[in-house]
Amino acid sequence: MTVNDIPNVRTCITPLKNDNIIFEQDRVGELSDKKFKDRKIKNINTDITVVGSGPAGMMAAIAAAKQGVPSILLVDENHIIGGQLVKQTHKFFGSKEERAGVRGIDIAVELLDEIRNYKNIKFMLETTVVGCYNGKKEHNLIAVKRLNEGDQLFEIISKKVIFACGAMENMLAFPGNDLPGVYGAGGVQTLMNVYGVKPGEKVVMVGAGNVGLIVSYQLLQADVDVDRVVEIMPKIGGYHVHAAKLRRCGVPIYTSHSVKEVYGKEKVEGVIVVKVDNKFQPIPRTEEKIPCDTLCIAVGLTPSIRLLKQMGAETEFIPEAGGHIAVHDSLMQTKIKGVYIAGDSSGIEEASTAMIEGELAGVSAAASLGYDKNAQKLKSKCKKALIGFRSGPFGEKPRICKEKIACCWDRGVNY
Amino acid sequence: MLVVGIGVLIIKSYEKNGILVTEDLTLPTDEQLKKGVAIIECIQEIPCDPCVAICPVSSISMEDINDIPKIDYNKCTGCKRCVGICPGLAIFVVKVVDNRALITLPYEFLPIPKVGEIATALDREGKSRGLAKIKKVNRRGKTTVVTVEVDKKLAMDVRNIRVD
Repeated sequence: MTVNDIPNVRTCITPLKNDNIIFEQDRVGELSDKKFKDRKIKNINTDITVVGSGPAGMMAAIAAAKQGVPSILLVDENHIIGGQLVKQTHKFFGSKEERAGVRGIDIAVELLDEIRNYKNIKFMLETTVVGCYNGKKEHNLIAVKRLNEGDQLFEIISKKVIFACGAMENMLAFPGNDLPGVYGAGGVQTLMNVYGVKPGEKVVMVGAGNVGLIVSYQLLQADVDVDRVVEIMPKIGGYHVHAAKLRRCGVPIYTSHSVKEVYGKEKVEGVIVVKVDNKFQPIPRTEEKIPCDTLCIAVGLTPSIRLLKQMGAETEFIPEAGGHIAVHDSLMQTKIKGVYIAGDSSGIEEASTAMIEGELAGVSAAASLGYDKNAQKLKSKCKKALIGFRSGPFGEKPRICKEKIACCWDRGVNY
Repeated sequence: MLVVGIGVLIIKSYEKNGILVTEDLTLPTDEQLKKGVAIIECIQEIPCDPCVAICPVSSISMEDINDIPKIDYNKCTGCKRCVGICPGLAIFVVKVVDNRALITLPYEFLPIPKVGEIATALDREGKSRGLAKIKKVNRRGKTTVVTVEVDKKLAMDVRNIRVD
């Protein structure tokens, strides 16, 4: 969407102000220079720019700062730092080193405190990187910072760039999916856990992956009635322990079921769910009408790679990654020298692995600038931790994803 | 059993409905239940090990972070520390005293129950299984650890409460 002449704005995460002018955008946006006519572009020179301040971005900045890189800039389009961690009220899995047993919201606070302690990390919030291009030795990012008195355009000239842009929620196509009351599960989680807004009174959740299960549980905690979770696959995709939490609160999970349509005049008044066969086709006369005011969709995420694409990074479609991702080596560097990726934008995974990938990208970028103290040791520690996380049955998808990426990288040579 | 595509895929009931049956678990003996032990209802290989780290008597073991936690009921003292730390809220401590069972469970809802109150005992399906008397409430973390008293027969069934 275009907001106040700024293209490519994610309105779902932009605070609404009185005089906002919002347009739908159906193509690559154009940045009008009219808006900035009376203002000069401000230039920023920095060693490393990290785009995105979620778990991967924060860890990348911290890791580079620890290595002694003199100036690191952390840019995020949200008005708070922390990415999706700020709404994750559940405890994380993992081991002690990866802060297992700690809630996402508390990890965000811990990491922010750490970032504040590093004088070499500066952060810019409410700043959207709208374009980037690579120079000979440096990379140039065009960013817009939203200010009360108008917007400021920045040109960030950076020796290395780490993209930790995260991902976007997938939508489903069905009649009525544009009615108010149809939400992405992540959006609902933000409403509840960040802004304290109850999204509805009665919810039907689509998708029994970890996101669907966790958000359903958090809806119950917010005193919202969750009628059921429907899942098109024949089995629950998320962890059993998350499903069990919901079940013992009395929420049923219907596998081999999906949403057929949503009905309602001006807003969601109910949903029709249907049983599907093993080819995912609706079975006639199995429809069930469920009155509700909210339908929540949790059917996976797509990596955000638009900036990388614009920069000309080599990309590849990898289903296990959740879509197109930039081809990268085992140290998170893309085919563009000096451009790194980490977290969900390098393949959909978990916050725990995003943090490790972020650390790895931070250490790699720092090392390439000559700040390579203990770099080998740190890199192998990260790689080992990633292998550990991906070695179980639930790590199969990211494992295959990274194997495919390795094959894309010089056909597996020099990976 | 369900046939999917070319291969034969057996889908366990809990993978379809999210509910464990006692056959999915290794249960303690009556003797062990008398002293009180942790029942770990974590049956999938997920990368997670805080229960191993917090156990003061090393009764929970795991060779690799992806292993399913194994508990030695003889070593376990029923200290309940693992109940509050488990990110999956999948550990319960069960102690049988005469004809009553004391069940310690993680609880993350408001209002926080008070000692002496009567709640509704719920099973793994969220179905009411009678009344549960609140015996102990530990609020140290954001996961409240509650001990309730129910009939001995329900020791392996009650896993949640509803505070009305």
